[in-house]
Amino acid sequence: MSEQNLFLVESSPQIRHRDSTSSIMWQVSIALMPAGIWGIWVFGIRSLLVIAVSIASAVGFEYLAARSMKRSTVSDGSAFLTGLLIGYNMPPLVPLFIPVAASAFAILVVKWAFGGLGANWMNPALAGRVFVFFSWTSGMNAWKLPRTIQAADGVSSATVLGSLKTLLMDFSGEASSAVGMLRYHEYPASAIGQQISSWFDRVMQMRISAYTVDLAVGNVPGSIGEVSAVLLIIGGIYLLAKNIITWEIPVTYILSFALLIWAFDGLRFGQGLFSGDAAFHVLSGGLMLGALFMATDMVTSPVTRKGMIVYGIGAGMLTFLIRVYGSLPEGVSMAIIIMNIFVPMINRYMQPKVYGTAARRGSA
Amino acid sequence: MGQLQNFSKGFIRENPVFILLLGLCPALGVTTSAFNGLGMGLATTFVLVSSNTVVSLIKNFIPSKVRIPCFIVVIASFVTIVDLVMEAFLPALFESLGLFIPLIVVNCLVMGRAEAFASKNNTGSAIVDGLGMGLGFSFALTLLGGVREILGAGEFFGMTLFPGDGMLVFVLAPGAFIGLGYLVALNNIVKKKLD
Repeated sequence: MSEQNLFLVESSPQIRHRDSTSSIMWQVSIALMPAGIWGIWVFGIRSLLVIAVSIASAVGFEYLAARSMKRSTVSDGSAFLTGLLIGYNMPPLVPLFIPVAASAFAILVVKWAFGGLGANWMNPALAGRVFVFFSWTSGMNAWKLPRTIQAADGVSSATVLGSLKTLLMDFSGEASSAVGMLRYHEYPASAIGQQISSWFDRVMQMRISAYTVDLAVGNVPGSIGEVSAVLLIIGGIYLLAKNIITWEIPVTYILSFALLIWAFDGLRFGQGLFSGDAAFHVLSGGLMLGALFMATDMVTSPVTRKGMIVYGIGAGMLTFLIRVYGSLPEGVSMAIIIMNIFVPMINRYMQPKVYGTAARRGSA
Repeated sequence: MGQLQNFSKGFIRENPVFILLLGLCPALGVTTSAFNGLGMGLATTFVLVSSNTVVSLIKNFIPSKVRIPCFIVVIASFVTIVDLVMEAFLPALFESLGLFIPLIVVNCLVMGRAEAFASKNNTGSAIVDGLGMGLGFSFALTLLGGVREILGAGEFFGMTLFPGDGMLVFVLAPGAFIGLGYLVALNNIVKKKLD
């Protein structure tokens, strides 16, 4: 029998999906666009410069690292996405060398020291952010009030969570909730936020504070891409619809975090259990950006659904612990990085049952 | 193995920190600056040479069942000498090294050389081995301290190289691990070139 008559048998996978690494990376980048455009609009054109510098440096370092390994990986879009996420994680007035340093650490140390995309065990963008956060604390606190808030000169432009942490240091019972605390100390709220808040009060009989509305819309000081929770959720829904992310990680992350906040956050304000303001905390800080776009990173999250649920709950608990009891105001990036470390262990213990093994136990 | 090779192996080929990965506790803990690294390295070198000498001299009298406690007594005596001398003459260095000076007693490098080399070789070789290993340890700690000081504070041995804020992470604990990882990789490249 000659060779030509044999069937050609390839190794698996025989069925291929049309998604490729680069198409996924570009779709995630597209899903991030609305929140970024909002950030550039409220914080001014300099934010665009920060994002551009982040992307350019991340792609540049990726090119250099891949070249030194005689590979070409710039076109897979992963470096673009890492740069974009680094830019989204920077405060608007950050000195421009900081995103470059974050990109260098993310791409060269976290990603390529372990062998490039797929071999990194930590989310590069988050690692870069945490690296510069601990290196240049003052540069990473260069916040700016959004243009939608008209405030007198000298009003603090610290983030909502940062102010809350500072105010709670010498707390003497002046307020009974996070929102009350901010109102007591005259933290600025936008005019549109106050209007929406009073509309809910009048028409819907719902008490939603102006701060909560501002956090949802994005009328607060913060990192460029993290402020608008609603636009981030729209991007997240797009990714869910496209099957690029699954619901397990974001939903368990946000739910476990919200439950813990509801149960225990009231204690900080001298209230009893189950009186925390979950909506306020879920919408504030980098939680939406982290839960929807960073914790779901395919390389650094568990592969099984059970594993994803464990990972999401772990991240939610750690974010709660750091935000409420830690010295840092936010905790999202630290929590996800710590859970990244546990991913190999989760993958090991959360494997699906091998088909047929359960039945054998029954018949024996 | 000639004495020259015996001496020089501690620098690259069998560097205690970069190849043997011994004595990592002080290597990570005190190397916030090149000066601290050098001071720690030289203090360890003194203990290493002295303990190697004494252990190789008394190796025939030590019953093998209690050899580790005997080594510890010898090492602890020399560490006490270093501790007191440094407190008297180098108070600033003593202050910054702190608890890590008494902890030289349990430095696995000192213990390892006593167990693996000094208790099996003659006094001359043991002294050369202690000196080579000790200086290799000092070299590694000074290098790591220098890298962390340059990147973290923009200084080298206290001299300002470039003004402004450095990368604070390199002065903090993570910088020690990251710096050590890259230096181990670099040392492996150099070692491969030498072989």
